[in-house]
Amino acid sequence: MLRLLDVGKTYGTVSVMRDVSFDVAAGEFIVFVGPSGCGKSTLLRMICGLETVTAGRIEIDGKLANDIPAASRGLALVFQSYALYPHMTVRQNMAFGLENLRTPKPEIERRVAEAARMLRLENLLARRPTQLSGGQRQRVAIGRAIVREPRIFLFDEPLSNLDAELRVEMRAELAQLHRRLATTMIYVTHDQVEAMTMADRIVVLRAGAVEQVGAPLELYNRPANRFVAGFIGSPRMNFLDGHVTASEAGWTTVEIAGVGPIRARGTLRTGTQASLGIRPEHVATVPAGAEGTVNLVRGQVASIEQLGSASFVRLADPALNLQIPGQTDVRFGDEIVVSLPPEHVHLFDDQGAAQPRP
Amino acid sequence: MSGLVGMLTARRGRLARDWTDWASLAYLLLGVLVMFLPVLWLFASSLKSDQALNAFPPTFLPWEPAQVAVPGQPGHLPLMQVTAGPLAGRRLAELRHIGLMAQMLDPARPGRVLPIPVRDLRPVLRLHASWSNFTDLVRRFNFFGYFWNSVLITTLATLITLLINSMAAFALSKYRFAGRDAVFALMLATLMVPPTIVLVPNFLIAARLDLVNSIWGVIWPGVATPTGVFLLRQYMLTIPDDLIEAARMDNASEWRIYWRIVLPLSAPALAVLAIFSVMWRWNDFLWPMVVLNRSSVFTLPLALFSFQGDLQTQWHYLLAMTVLTLLPVTVIFLFLQRSITQGIASAGVK
Amino acid sequence: MTAPAPGQALRRALGAAFGGAMNLLEAPMRLAQAKLRGGRIGWVFVVPNLSVFGLFTFLPILIDLVYAATGGNQLFPAQRPYVGTANFRALLACRNYLDPNTCTRDLFWHGVYNTAEFVVLQVGFMVGLSLVTALALNRPGRGRGFFRAVFFYPVLLSPVVVALIWKWVLQRYGVLNALLSALGLAPHDWLLNATTAFFWSVFVSIWAHMGFYTLILLAGLQAIPRDVYEAAAMDATPPWRRFRRITLPLLMPSLLVVLVLALIRAVQIFDEVYVLTGGGPGTSTTFLVQFIYQTGFAQQVREYGMAAAASLLLAGVLMALTVLQLRLARPKS
Ligand SMILES: Nc1ncnc2c1ncn2[C@@H]1O[C@H](COP(=O)(O)OP(=O)(O)OP(=O)(O)O)[C@@H](O)[C@H]1O
Ligand SMILES: [Mg+2]
Repeated sequence: MLRLLDVGKTYGTVSVMRDVSFDVAAGEFIVFVGPSGCGKSTLLRMICGLETVTAGRIEIDGKLANDIPAASRGLALVFQSYALYPHMTVRQNMAFGLENLRTPKPEIERRVAEAARMLRLENLLARRPTQLSGGQRQRVAIGRAIVREPRIFLFDEPLSNLDAELRVEMRAELAQLHRRLATTMIYVTHDQVEAMTMADRIVVLRAGAVEQVGAPLELYNRPANRFVAGFIGSPRMNFLDGHVTASEAGWTTVEIAGVGPIRARGTLRTGTQASLGIRPEHVATVPAGAEGTVNLVRGQVASIEQLGSASFVRLADPALNLQIPGQTDVRFGDEIVVSLPPEHVHLFDDQGAAQPRP
Repeated sequence: MSGLVGMLTARRGRLARDWTDWASLAYLLLGVLVMFLPVLWLFASSLKSDQALNAFPPTFLPWEPAQVAVPGQPGHLPLMQVTAGPLAGRRLAELRHIGLMAQMLDPARPGRVLPIPVRDLRPVLRLHASWSNFTDLVRRFNFFGYFWNSVLITTLATLITLLINSMAAFALSKYRFAGRDAVFALMLATLMVPPTIVLVPNFLIAARLDLVNSIWGVIWPGVATPTGVFLLRQYMLTIPDDLIEAARMDNASEWRIYWRIVLPLSAPALAVLAIFSVMWRWNDFLWPMVVLNRSSVFTLPLALFSFQGDLQTQWHYLLAMTVLTLLPVTVIFLFLQRSITQGIASAGVK
Repeated sequence: MTAPAPGQALRRALGAAFGGAMNLLEAPMRLAQAKLRGGRIGWVFVVPNLSVFGLFTFLPILIDLVYAATGGNQLFPAQRPYVGTANFRALLACRNYLDPNTCTRDLFWHGVYNTAEFVVLQVGFMVGLSLVTALALNRPGRGRGFFRAVFFYPVLLSPVVVALIWKWVLQRYGVLNALLSALGLAPHDWLLNATTAFFWSVFVSIWAHMGFYTLILLAGLQAIPRDVYEAAAMDATPPWRRFRRITLPLLMPSLLVVLVLALIRAVQIFDEVYVLTGGGPGTSTTFLVQFIYQTGFAQQVREYGMAAAASLLLAGVLMALTVLQLRLARPKS
């Protein structure tokens, strides 16, 4: 459906995007995620033709699309700012694109009415954008895309201007819309929760390059590198830096200053720098007296957040977050012992690349 | 001095009234007198007959000596009020006066001539608006011709100004192209070239293009105004680029984006430029005077100016024509006062 | 209730006419768009404006240079003999620069001195009065809109109308003399005496333009946030100090813009004074632009070269003022 091959972008001499390659299958829901300024919008705008492609190829349905003007690519973009025409009514906003294509009047009427019904905008058709709430504007922006019946929907952080509650609601609506229309959608966000909940596959970007492409849980369970590991998952993965003291038979021991040796799956050269990662929910408290298990870490409680259903405890020296299901009687200042179960410890080399685990 | 201080330090939003409020009110009222009385005086004077205009001291309203028709006498005779003597209080028509005695007739009984000393007579005045000043103007002079020329020039010039300046402003604010900044700098540089200093060459160019004595000769030189481009560009910069890209995704051509999206959204700035353009064009004087020298193509100010040479002694026509010239502006101002002043103020702040 | 209907119909008709006219250009513009990819379509949008600029602004500057360097009274440059800097030398030749009568072109120097004097007086008094008026209009009270409108009204009037209004007031048997007589004062021929004619030229041009600057200053005053004044009130700032330390500094940007705009306009004074006094009596109200106009267009022998040379000298002054204006405007925009 959509294929990117070594796509790059430079502004003058500044390179902001390089070697981006991936495929999008028909009907898929793809999410681009990455920190601010990593090039998500730029990539999206190159796909829809608002930005020129300075290197590589973009193919739509097998045809090179680099030089096809934006309007002729058959895509529809929903802007972060909605970009509704303020001087037109909701109806005119939705009809404008079809009028430009000289679509017959009755056909325009039909499509607008259908989109309005789908998005529950029937009663708002005569209003101007300024007379709408944020969520309603959002739906008009989507409606404007729907009436064009595009091959691919592109969304650039469409929910970032909404409040938290509305965002959850719209997230569900979008997912439902995707099920109903079964059209390919590409969705940009810097919110990894949005990415995890909505995507069929996620493309993680950093500084203009793709870090990893995969299904949400794949990224969660097998991050390709330290960046993806840290970016996906909330609360964030813990990292401990040290150097390799031994590595054999698929097991590596990393000496962490002030903690001691920690074992993890994977192979690295002895003596090199390495880091270990473990998600907070995998750090386990060890009852007093049950010592003897591997990968024990002793630390002092620096803060506790009790949410009722779960508790977050932060240890100082080494800095380590742990998430404990239910409630805990650990108190501020206590010295406790936790273990890092080896099957959950991720091993990264000195470049940050994850070491394959059998 | 302290009065001035108080007035200068005035500010909005204070509750208690004090003498500085009165001082500022007095200043404003005085201002109204100075600003507006001359115009009122013009209006009042324009209704006076030539004769009433020559009276000194002048009156505000168009009083003029009354006349009556007396049976048996040709034409009209001046009507006089007798102020003393046995006939005091009577109104008589003056037949003639010889030395200090006047020969009077009673219009009711015109048979007998009544001799009365001139010092006992006072002319009877009546209010008479000389609308003929205006009707003559329209009848004897080509007033509507000049009016039409002015309207035509103002309208066409303003439309063209709005069109080409908004196009340029659109390009300068919404596209990146090689040479864009140079074009903008060049236009800004022309802020330094007011029409007065290119008077002679522009006349040559107008002559070359055969535009002398044509309204197009008046229109063209001023339609590309750097002020207009600058004003519109600043405004268009505030229109989000997202809207333009959304329209582009919506299959709108660049031209359609310009007139369906950008123009309507720039309406406030366009209105300001329109006000300025109408003001400039309706009142323009020096350049039209240079390029138009046949009276059939004169604009109102030119016609008025040439009349004040020709009709120097006929103030009644001159005043009526002045009134007719300022009337359209005044009427428009009465209706659009708020938007005009606000528009100009907003442009000035930028 | 029936009134809106025709209004709406008119608006719709105008809209349709506008749309129709714009649609005519759709096809050629699409073609241009197909040829010029990227931002280069922008050129198509600037070209109409740029050609008018080129023809009536850039080209004329060059022609001005040609005229200034040639003599004779032919209009077409090809027929004009080259004279080098003779025009400038003639304009600038004076035995005593403080006395215009000793100059070869005494009218030019009268124009220069009159203009200088006019600029100082007119701009000084006008900006001062505009400031006072703006401050008075900025106070709360009834009828501020009315007052503002009255002060602004003369700005809309044609200079010819302005001049005729005042000519009528000032004439020998006019209303001003009548008022003076009523007060027992002697009437004057205001426009036939050099000093009073100059005074009234300054007065009338202030009368005609003051409203514009008042409006700009008023907008500047209204842009000053009120809480600044409230803070000053909490500090018990005395009124004069409040004006000096708060209003004036915050208004300074607008005031400078107004000052420079007024200077640029005043240097080019012509229209209303020309109609009011014709430049007289004698040369007492003859200004630079009138010199240019008379030399180039109103004389028996039209001296285009001399007029162009004087234009270029005037352009130098205006250029300096405009650079000043842009300097002042920049930090704001
Ligand atoms: N016109 C331009 N010229 C130069 N650099 C640009 C231009 N537009 C964007 N960039 C750079 O390209 C990079 C990517 O920008 P982009 O807008 O795609 O980021 P993003 O991932 O969408 O960020 P956000 O989450 O904040 O929207 C940024 O570093 C930005 O500074
Ligand atoms: Mg973005």
